[in-house]
Order: sequence, then structure tokens, then C-alpha cells
Amino acid sequence: MADTQDNIAARWRGMPDARGHFGPYGGSFVAETLMAPLEALSQAYAQYREDPAFMAELDRDMQDYVGRPSPIYHAERWSRKLGGAQIWLKREDLNHTGAHKINNTIGQGLLAARMGKQRIIAETGAGQHGVASATVAARLGLKCVVYMGSEDMRRQAPNVYRMRLLGAEVVPVESGSKTLKDALNEALRDWVTNVDDTFYIIGTVAGPRPYPQMVRDFQSVIGREARAQMLERCGRLPDSVVACVGGGSNAIGIFHPFLDDETVTLCGVEAGGDGVDTGRHAAPLSAGRAGVLHGNRTYIMQDEHGQIGLTHSVSAGLDYPGVGPEHAWLKDIGRAEYVSVTDSQALAAFHELTRVEGIMPALESAHALAYAAELARRGASDDIILVNLSGRGDKDMASVAEAEGRSL
Amino acid sequence: MSRIKQRFADLKAEGRKALVPYITAGDPDPALTVDMMHALAQAGADIIELGVPFSDPMADGPVIQQACERALAKGTTLRRVLDMVAEFRRNDAQTPVVLMGYLNPIECLGWAAFGEQAATAGVDGLLAVDLSSEEAAELTPVVRDAGLDSIFLVAPTTSQARVARICEHASGFVYYVSVKGVTGSATLDVDALADRLAWLREHTPLPLGVGFGIGTPEAAAAVSRVADAVVVGSVLVKEIARIGEDRQALCQALAAVLGDMRRAMDAVEA
Repeated sequence: MADTQDNIAARWRGMPDARGHFGPYGGSFVAETLMAPLEALSQAYAQYREDPAFMAELDRDMQDYVGRPSPIYHAERWSRKLGGAQIWLKREDLNHTGAHKINNTIGQGLLAARMGKQRIIAETGAGQHGVASATVAARLGLKCVVYMGSEDMRRQAPNVYRMRLLGAEVVPVESGSKTLKDALNEALRDWVTNVDDTFYIIGTVAGPRPYPQMVRDFQSVIGREARAQMLERCGRLPDSVVACVGGGSNAIGIFHPFLDDETVTLCGVEAGGDGVDTGRHAAPLSAGRAGVLHGNRTYIMQDEHGQIGLTHSVSAGLDYPGVGPEHAWLKDIGRAEYVSVTDSQALAAFHELTRVEGIMPALESAHALAYAAELARRGASDDIILVNLSGRGDKDMASVAEAEGRSL
Repeated sequence: MSRIKQRFADLKAEGRKALVPYITAGDPDPALTVDMMHALAQAGADIIELGVPFSDPMADGPVIQQACERALAKGTTLRRVLDMVAEFRRNDAQTPVVLMGYLNPIECLGWAAFGEQAATAGVDGLLAVDLSSEEAAELTPVVRDAGLDSIFLVAPTTSQARVARICEHASGFVYYVSVKGVTGSATLDVDALADRLAWLREHTPLPLGVGFGIGTPEAAAAVSRVADAVVVGSVLVKEIARIGEDRQALCQALAAVLGDMRRAMDAVEA
């Protein structure tokens, strides 16, 4: 057993390989025009991650600008109500701009500045990554263009206005399903056209090499902090770590520093929409197949002819048919498990945490909370479940009202 | 000798350059594609590039994105595209057909099955837009073993180091992307193009095609001075979008646009 675990651990420490592969997943599947800027980005990232001045600047920004470290919080009242395990929350909702997304945009923004790029572009679903990108652009004095599906702009109007206040241009994407995947296509088209002066800040651990690794590294601060905080506060590691998975950046961020801790169960929660068996969901790891989308090989939702499937989730940030390649690999080797919860379960958890703990979670994070609640009910009172509370829920008030047939 | 190789050899003997039209299979309706292919061949197409529609065509501009949407809405699948080629072959055994598209529909069918079925249908080459040379080592041999040429893109941004590896995997011809951008975008600079093609010829004996951003007979003629093949797509697809599902009008319009380009190119070489 130990031997097998050691072998697996040795394998994931080496991931991705030099070509950006996580086992059979990942890689670089883009049109040739983008291969040169991707190679330049890979080289710049490899250089600056070893550069003490760059890393010191990143650490300083994480502390003074983002507000790190984010605390862990024992949701005692909720745990008591559930009557089982103890739920602890990693409070990424308390970060500047209200979600984990800023951890990554700070890192990529500093890299863009070091590489002399004047213009950044980003895709966004719920708007949190767009806001985090616009924020970094404002601070660094860079021009910022955010691509957002027109359907998502409608669902997330306050975030659209926020990005515009920050000086970003928000471009509505009308193609395809008018959601996150189409925004990603459009951002790639912009990049291929403006490749000389533009830096593309991808918001999740998907896309071509080096994005899955780079975004993971910037987000791993979540898990590094949480692991140390759990040891300090509880004297031991949690039994489970639970996070929602759309593209998977907050989940990889909290999972990765726990990969070697074989006693810790890692659990990713996908958007089950109306239920995975209805076909109306956004759960590629639960119900998809391997394929190639947006520059990497991974699990994707697709029809029997290889066309990308339409997704559905109450949460715009999880409404994506692909998932980061490292999650695909962690699923295959069995190091992490992936489940799904439905829209209505997530909405119930949204209300529950708001009313019982006075913390309004993002609908994305509410998926992780819903599954954690289920785990907690089944657990013993000294079990510990750590949930990544990846973002705050103010942005979702209109969506929640709409889902429940009210208007604000 | 492959049909593509044969075609370039014949053209060279005649002192002419290849004209390569692109249309998206199944746009505006799968029942119209084969007739449009014949119309293109009769109007002077030397090779036909047939787009396999994909739901997320990330390297294409709005014109071809919408063509993909129209084709998919009419139920076009990779298998049906192969059927279209087989039907085209019943009346045209000479004109090479290259499938251009994205990887996922092929992955979904399976590479070995794709190679076998494509060869049986009479497909001559594959250009998978999102297959980089980094990822090609395992996939292109499967296609080549089936007797298909693997067409690769070289871009304005392609480095010296990469071009050698691309040319290693390439067969049939090499497709130079003339602009930084998606299909149907900005116009190109022919002098800069000539320099890049000269550089590219140092790396490969294969014929060089140029595409992206060639929309007029004048541009086609200018590019044909320096390239071996001229690829035109968005200008044809725009005509299809304008006309809709009128078989005769579609065939006439495509023949007219392509015929003008053919004449402009042949006038250069005369």
C-alpha cells in the first residue's frame, strides 16, 4: 500500500511533464499562430517562478492587496445543526474582489507586466475572474478587455458594471451558447489577432500549456495556507477537503498541497444542474468523456459526434463543458473523487449558510457546501471537513431571486 | 502517388498555381454540398478544402463560425461529411479533397476508424487546425498509414525551431497562414509574405499554400506570384450565407467568384 502511494505521489509531483501533460490529459492543442506566444509564456513563467524578486513581489501583493492569508473558520453552529462532522471553511470569499480568482490574476498580471505586455484580455463566466482581471489591470495601468457571454452578462449584471467601473471593456459574446465556453473561444480569437501586445489571463486550470500548471501554482496558496492553519487550529489534517469544480481552479488550489496526505479525501463537486440523468448539467467528470477542447485534452461534455454539449447550471461560474486536465488525471488515478449536486441542492445550501452562519456564499461555492453538508450528516462528531468557500454570494442575489420566481 | 502530389505535379508542368476553395460541409444544407463541390471543381478548383463543422471553431472568424452553426443545425456530422466525399467521388475521381476542422469530432470517431473511413470515402488529406506539431507524433502516423496527407499550418509567429518539426510531420502541402488572426480577417502584405515563403522553402520541398485573408481576384493573383496554392474561404462562405438554400444560385455564385479568381491567377502566369 505504502509503496503504491509513494509511486503515485512521485508521479504527481512530476506533473505536468515538459509538454504540459497530466498523464494522457493536458497538452497544447491550439492553432499554430498561438504556439509561439504560449512558448514565450512558458519560458517567462519558468524564469520568474524561480526569481526571488518576482516571488517577493507576489507574496507582498497577496498580503497587502489581496488580504492574505485568508482565515479558516469553524462553522460551529451549522455543524451542530447538521449533527455530524465539523465543517471548517477556507474563507476565500474574504479576499479583495470577493473570490479566489484574484490569487491567479495577481500572479498573471505581474507576469504580463514583466513581459512588457500593454493589454490584457480575459474570459469570464460569473464575472468574478473578469472583475479580478479588471482590478489587476487598473492597478498595473494596463488596458483590459473582458469577453463574456451575453447570457452571462444578463445573469451577472452587477459584475458587468463593476468591470466597467474598473475601466475594462466588456465585450458581449453572441456565438454558440453565449456562455463561458464561447467567451473562451472569443478570447482565443482576440489573442490570435493581437498576439504581439496582448497577454491572455485564463481564469482556470484549463487551456493549453502552461496555463493548467501556472494557474494551479498561483492558486495553491489556498491549500498551503489551509493545511498549515488546520494543523495549527485542530492539531491535525482534515478528513476531507471539498471544493466546487467548474474549470477547477479553486479545487486544484486547495487540493494540490494535500495530494501527498493520503489520509485526506479530496472531493470535487460538479454542477449537477437539473440532475446528471436529465442531461441538463455541467458535470463533465461525472458524465462526460475524454476529448479535446480549448487547447487541452480532458473530460468534456459532448454528443456522440464530438460536438461540445450545451451545459446548464444555476451558477454561471460552473457552466462550462470542460474541466482542468489535472482533475481528469486525479480522477483516473483515484486520488480525488468527483460528485455532483443539483441546482436546488446548491440553492438550499446557499440559504442555509446565509441564515445559520451569516455568510452568503457564491452559488459556485454553495455546490461544495451542499455536498459537505451531506458528508457531515454521515460523519462522526470528531471528523473534520474543510470546504473551500471560494467566493461571496452578493453577485448571485439576482440569480437566486430569479431561480425562486422573485424579482429584486 | 497521392492525388494531391499528382495535382501539384500536373500544375507545375502546366506552369499554373493551385486554387483551393474552402466551404463548410453541410452549409447551408448537407444535401447541397456535393453539387457545390462539383461547381467549384468545374470553375477551376484544383483542390477542395471541405470544412468539418465544429461547435467551437476557435480559429475561425464570424463568417465560418456561422457556417458551422448552420451546418450543425442541419444535422451535419463527421460521418455525413465522409458520405458527401464518397458521393462526390462517384463523379470526380481527380480533384483532391482535404478535410479541414478541429480534433474533437475525429477523436470521438477514433483516429484509426477515421483514417480508414476517410480513405475509403476518397478523402486525400487532413488539416486539423488545433493539432500542434507537439501533439502530432502519435496521431499523424495513423492518418498517413491510411494513405492520407497531413496538412499543417505555419504562422507568421512560427519560430525557426518549430518550422523544422512541423515540416517533418507535413505531407501534401504546407499551409502558410498569411495574417495574425482568425479566418476572414485583415488583408495581407504580399512583400512580407514573399520573404516568409522564401524562408519556409528552405525547410521543405513541399508545395506552399497560402490562406486567411485572401478575398479578391487581385489578392489571389498577387499571392499566386509567390505561393504554389491560394486558399480562399470566407469570401465563398459569405456568398453561401447571402444566398441561402437555392441550389442553382449557390452553384452559380460560387462558380462566378472562383472563376474570377482563376482568371486573375492565370493572367499572372500567362
